[in-house]
Amino acid sequence: MSTLLSVSGLTTRLLTPAGLLAAVEDVDFTLDERDSLGLVGESGSGKSVTMRSLLRLLPQRAEVEGSVRWRGRELVGLPENALRALRGREIAMIFQEPMSALNPVLRIGLQIEESLKVHTDLDRAGRRARAVELLALTGIPTPERRLDDFPHQFSGGMRQRAMIAIALAASPALLLADEPTTALDVTIQDQILHLLARLRREMGMAMILVTHDLAVVAESCERVAVMYAGRIVERGTVRQVFAAPRHPYTLGLLRSVPDGDRPRQKLRSIEGTPPGLGNRTRGCAFQPRCGFATAQCATDRPPLADIAPGHAAACWQAGRLTDLSREAA
Amino acid sequence: MLSIGYVLKRLLQIIPTLVFIVVVTFLIVRLLPGDPASAILGDKATDAEVARLHAEMGLDRPLIVQFGNFALRVVQGDLGTSTAVKLPVGRIVLDRLPATLLLTVMAAFLALLLAVPLAFVAALRQGRLGDTVIQGCFQVGLSMPVFYVGLILLTVFAAGLRWFPVGGYGDTYLLHLYHLFLPALTLALSLAAVLMRNLRTAILDALTADYADFARAKGLPTRVVLFRHVLRNALISTVTLFGLNIGTLLGGAVITETVFAIPGAGRLMIDSIYARDYPTIQGLTLVLAVLVSVAFLLTDLVQASLDPRVAQ
Repeated sequence: MSTLLSVSGLTTRLLTPAGLLAAVEDVDFTLDERDSLGLVGESGSGKSVTMRSLLRLLPQRAEVEGSVRWRGRELVGLPENALRALRGREIAMIFQEPMSALNPVLRIGLQIEESLKVHTDLDRAGRRARAVELLALTGIPTPERRLDDFPHQFSGGMRQRAMIAIALAASPALLLADEPTTALDVTIQDQILHLLARLRREMGMAMILVTHDLAVVAESCERVAVMYAGRIVERGTVRQVFAAPRHPYTLGLLRSVPDGDRPRQKLRSIEGTPPGLGNRTRGCAFQPRCGFATAQCATDRPPLADIAPGHAAACWQAGRLTDLSREAA
Repeated sequence: MLSIGYVLKRLLQIIPTLVFIVVVTFLIVRLLPGDPASAILGDKATDAEVARLHAEMGLDRPLIVQFGNFALRVVQGDLGTSTAVKLPVGRIVLDRLPATLLLTVMAAFLALLLAVPLAFVAALRQGRLGDTVIQGCFQVGLSMPVFYVGLILLTVFAAGLRWFPVGGYGDTYLLHLYHLFLPALTLALSLAAVLMRNLRTAILDALTADYADFARAKGLPTRVVLFRHVLRNALISTVTLFGLNIGTLLGGAVITETVFAIPGAGRLMIDSIYARDYPTIQGLTLVLAVLVSVAFLLTDLVQASLDPRVAQ
């Protein structure tokens, strides 16, 4: 498979009252065609900013450094016009809250058709026909009658379907999904994840899925990258990372998922809170919350190093983590 | 976007408002201190003369009967006879109203013409020099009373530069527009300041809204994102504010007409108050109140056409 997207050294600084601060630092990952990557982490860990940095959908006066290569072409530093031609057409994005991401004052049909108008040569009738097709494709019943509806006339799940239909209008090669199921009921969540999986298969599309829900990653992704305080701390295949986590943070996340098989157990959490943008340390950012930390962790930042083919972790204790965690438990 | 059902519903809703206006305008004059009959006849009138006029005006009858007669005449379009100039109030008001309406509409138009583009510039240049200058100018405009702004404009552009007439209304339609420009600008400035500040904030909110990000993520040109997605949404609250301010605008017209010597309804109101011309005050209040409710109705319809969630 050929590489679709290759990100290296991606650093994004956002303007805050305390000046420009890095929300994402030195992020590396690659994505092949049809591949799916789950980007996991707590709120504020930089996962959304990472995705938005790819398309430079950031607040004004944000700085992006490093390299984002899309099919071999460098996107960092690309003029706005060239980037715009890529947005929606090759790389599309869906958001967490369909109610706020869909424009409340415009008809659903128009919100699909305006995308088609920019990215295709279809005429008015053609765009309308394609919009019906897209709504049908995302599982909206009687799509020709829903085209003239406004977003508030749709239910939550239908809105998410409509947003997916809009995003897929120009048949992109990569879909960036920013917590697409977080705002939905659990039953609807599952339907949307299945829909995304089916569309990915049918359209041969790659996907980066941002979520804080490990179950969602396990269900939808082949590979996973765990982010903490703006950096990737572990990445690998879902199988590798879930079976043998090599970063204490990943381990903590996995342990905090309640086990449905055992009755009445205490919920486990990771003590403490992640550091804010302003006070990130020299050493490992997770060190203050880590049960495995040594003196070295406070002073030197561990690099993201390969442990096994395709599996990397940024932890000085990564090699010993499996044994250590067994002792701790 | 606007369903006929919504328009009808909104039209029906205006009926109680109109009834309320008729009741209030009737009562206001009855509650005023002083007696219309003695006001008309002057200090030297005898009690018999006052009593005769009372009977003539129907003031000796029970309040409810007076109201019934009043309401009946209002429905037929008869607003009574002016006690000052002995002419039908309806005709006097109709005579004076066009100037006021033209002034108000021009002021509203100028306010929008100033507020919308400047709010856009201020929002897009948030925190930079352009934003600061625009906000600063409007702050000054907002804090000055209407008559003072009027006097400054008169001194500079009419008396000083002689670009505009100092007062009056002109004879032809084009001359009306020319004469009303400075007064309309006077009125417009304070409204523009209010609208600009509101719209600037609304645009800033809309610029960072998810739907604006989604529109950008779709690859839409900046122009489409700004006008179709951002401005459409931002205008909703500004339209409401605009509608709420139409009453204030009419009130401001009264002062402005005095400063610029325009023979409009505002001037008529002030003259009638000095002359204790109760029927005219009553009729004019009624007509202005009805106009304001019609303006509210129009505002609601515009708002419903901008925001489909309203028209449910």
